[in-house]
Amino acid sequence: MTEPLIIAGTTLRSRLFVGSAGYPNQQVLLESLAATGAELVTVAIRRISLEGYAESLIDLLGDKYRILPNTSGCVTARDAILTAELAREALDTNWVKLELIGDRETLYPDVEQLVHAADELVRKGFTVLPYCNDDPVSCQKLADVGCAAVMPLGSLIGSGRGIANPAAIELICSRSPVPVVLDAGIGTASDAAYAMELGCDAVLVNTAIAKSHDPRRMAAAMRAAVEAGHLARLAGRIPERDFAEPSSPQLGLVGS
Amino acid sequence: MTRLRINGEEAEVAVTTVAELLALRGIDPKARFLAVAVNGAVVRRAEWPAAPLSPGDAVEIVRPLQGG
Repeated sequence: MTEPLIIAGTTLRSRLFVGSAGYPNQQVLLESLAATGAELVTVAIRRISLEGYAESLIDLLGDKYRILPNTSGCVTARDAILTAELAREALDTNWVKLELIGDRETLYPDVEQLVHAADELVRKGFTVLPYCNDDPVSCQKLADVGCAAVMPLGSLIGSGRGIANPAAIELICSRSPVPVVLDAGIGTASDAAYAMELGCDAVLVNTAIAKSHDPRRMAAAMRAAVEAGHLARLAGRIPERDFAEPSSPQLGLVGS
Repeated sequence: MTRLRINGEEAEVAVTTVAELLALRGIDPKARFLAVAVNGAVVRRAEWPAAPLSPGDAVEIVRPLQGG
């Protein structure tokens, strides 16, 4: 009924990508990730504690999932590029979720630096998935420099406000030469389904699962929502009408 | 002693290579998912034993952590 998602020649079983941050504990994280059915899990790259090295959670995730390192927190192209290169060395992957933050309060992307860094990373052989603005021009520029997908924000990171500008997301989806992954802002399952109905190829969710009252249940809800939204998109919604349109036959009414 | 900037902190350490620095800090060089950069350039794992550290070098030692 559906076709698998292919990014940069890699086939992904699940159209739900998930973040690994903010879960109440390791057990809940592992069980929630399992419940999402996701194959791609994002991680951050950070300086180690110089107090000594201890096994971390990522040591467990690395064997079960395809790991997508991010450049979260970077505000210059230079730092983002070095972070991507360190991630490639640490995780043996050339995939990177490129984040370049232009404003610490809103975490809005700095498009100018983002395009520059994406261009540079593509030239260095990276498969670049940029977190970007929900505007078709930025997305086109990122595709033009060779990004493997674009990841426009639904609304502010961690805000849970869903898709602030659905018309823009739909426009991006209709024009993008590369897969579109809705990133940031998902608050609950219906937001994820909506993103897919608008034509997104995948959805990335972190906080909405991790910070929900019951992450394992929300993980399962997101999985179902992404599948439902994708199927609904393929099936095609009916046109909206101004007035009622009876679904039962109008002939043979009793008493007429 | 070599004066280095290690993960943003100044330190005087008696090391001359990346591998020696990791050993001094109790970091197992065989640990998975580690990466090192010196002065903004990644030093591949295979090069750690020979990669020299000079006074004033800025060293980044990183690993993946939970992220979104």
